Amino acid sequence: MIEIRNLYKSFGGKQILNGMNLTVRRGETKVIIGRSGVGKSVLLKNIVGLIRPDAGSIKVNGVEVTNLEEREYNKIRMEIGFVFQGGALFDSMSVGENVAFVLNEFMDLDKKTVDDRVSDALALVGLKDVQELMPSQLSGGMRKRVSLARVLCMEPQIILYDEPTSEVDPITAAAINNLIIEMRDKLKVTSIVVTHDMNMAYKVADSIAMFYHGQVIADGSVDEIRHSKHPVVYQFIHGEAHGPITEDESLVFGHIIQKPNS
Amino acid sequence: MSVFILTKPWMFRWLSYIGQLAILFGQVVYWACTPPFKPYRFLIQAKRVGPGSFLIAALVSFFIGMIIALQMAYLMVQLSAEIYIPNVIALSLTRELAPVLTALIVAGRVGAGITAEIGSMVVTEQVEALKAFAVNPVKYLVVPRFLALVIMLPVLTIFADIIGIYGGYIICVKKLGINGVMYWQMVCDALQLKDVATGLIKTIFFAIVIATVGCHQGLNVRGGADGVGNATTASVVRSFILIIMFDCAFTFIFYFLFKS
Repeated sequence: MIEIRNLYKSFGGKQILNGMNLTVRRGETKVIIGRSGVGKSVLLKNIVGLIRPDAGSIKVNGVEVTNLEEREYNKIRMEIGFVFQGGALFDSMSVGENVAFVLNEFMDLDKKTVDDRVSDALALVGLKDVQELMPSQLSGGMRKRVSLARVLCMEPQIILYDEPTSEVDPITAAAINNLIIEMRDKLKVTSIVVTHDMNMAYKVADSIAMFYHGQVIADGSVDEIRHSKHPVVYQFIHGEAHGPITEDESLVFGHIIQKPNS
Repeated sequence: MSVFILTKPWMFRWLSYIGQLAILFGQVVYWACTPPFKPYRFLIQAKRVGPGSFLIAALVSFFIGMIIALQMAYLMVQLSAEIYIPNVIALSLTRELAPVLTALIVAGRVGAGITAEIGSMVVTEQVEALKAFAVNPVKYLVVPRFLALVIMLPVLTIFADIIGIYGGYIICVKKLGINGVMYWQMVCDALQLKDVATGLIKTIFFAIVIATVGCHQGLNVRGGADGVGNATTASVVRSFILIIMFDCAFTFIFYFLFKS
């Protein structure tokens, strides 16, 4: 379970998280939606301790983590898998070494066991015979899937996905969606999924939270969000160019501004 | 007083930078002594620093040995003292030129490489991924590079000493007509253990400078490719300045320590 209360984080005077509250129950898949730059990835990095908040509370499985020392935080991190937006594969290692990273670092396993677990994890994300390839030889979608396989090898209780289906084709996206659902149903994994892909959100989510101005402005079941009359939520989930979000940001999309004749 | 005020921000930046390097150095020492130990990571880096830099260090040292011989010959022949050229070559190479030039070569080649590699890992979130997997980036990335440099730079310097003196031998024997056996005899007579040792002690500190500066610049890269490029340039420039400053300080110390 993850409980976030009154979380604040700013960068260079810009308030990104502004008193955010969010609860993710054990075994739940929470999808977070919102415009780019509203702090979705910042929230994930706060949870895993890559960024420390300015104020507020984050509890992971009942443990307050905001004030933990690195050594103590590492015990929490071993329970959390983080699928980075760009994959974040170690480019000096082969795909096989990347996926086996945690096994080789922390577990005293024989080579055959490691190889078997790597093959299983890669098969789960629809990849085979790629162990010897280097990350530079992979497409964006394959990198993302390898990144997911690397996390699956850890067998974490919590998985944080940062836009897992961006840059992947629709078939792979559907496979990743199924995998997230399977992780929840079979392994009871708690997940937070950051995405702009509303199809994905509707498919994998138990609940959806929308971020706006550093706060959660809507949090509810898929149906509640889908039928929300909140103008900001409505504009975002229907992908409309005009509405309160763009007016608030003084943005005008879809208009060619003609210069007056001189 | 006005000069002091003008230089204050510059001094503050440098003191702050040296403080950050000292903190990183402290972390490296702590993590180097903290298990688990993974020797293969050190061996990979040692191969890059040692065999990878040997050829260029050897070439430079060989030509420097020849250059010193010729430059000394210009003066010594006029004084009919060309027999002392081997002494000058041996002392100048082992005490000063081989350690400093090898360190500068390694700073340019390996130090820049370390900054670029770690910097690109920072901008592609690989360093964050290490932290997310409960792996300390200093232990994983900095310690193996640090140990590789501290161990391999003195080894490279020993080779540079020998090859540089051999470069001088070529000129002295083939061009200046000094007897080959006499050349080596004069080199051995001129060199004392303290001459070689002071040179090698300096290289350990040069290696600490190269590793700490290179890794610090890499870990603090901001932005994208532009940031990596700037950090790499800064890494080389700052390493060069610190190496020369350390060299001056050590020469000063050793002069008074061993002047008898």
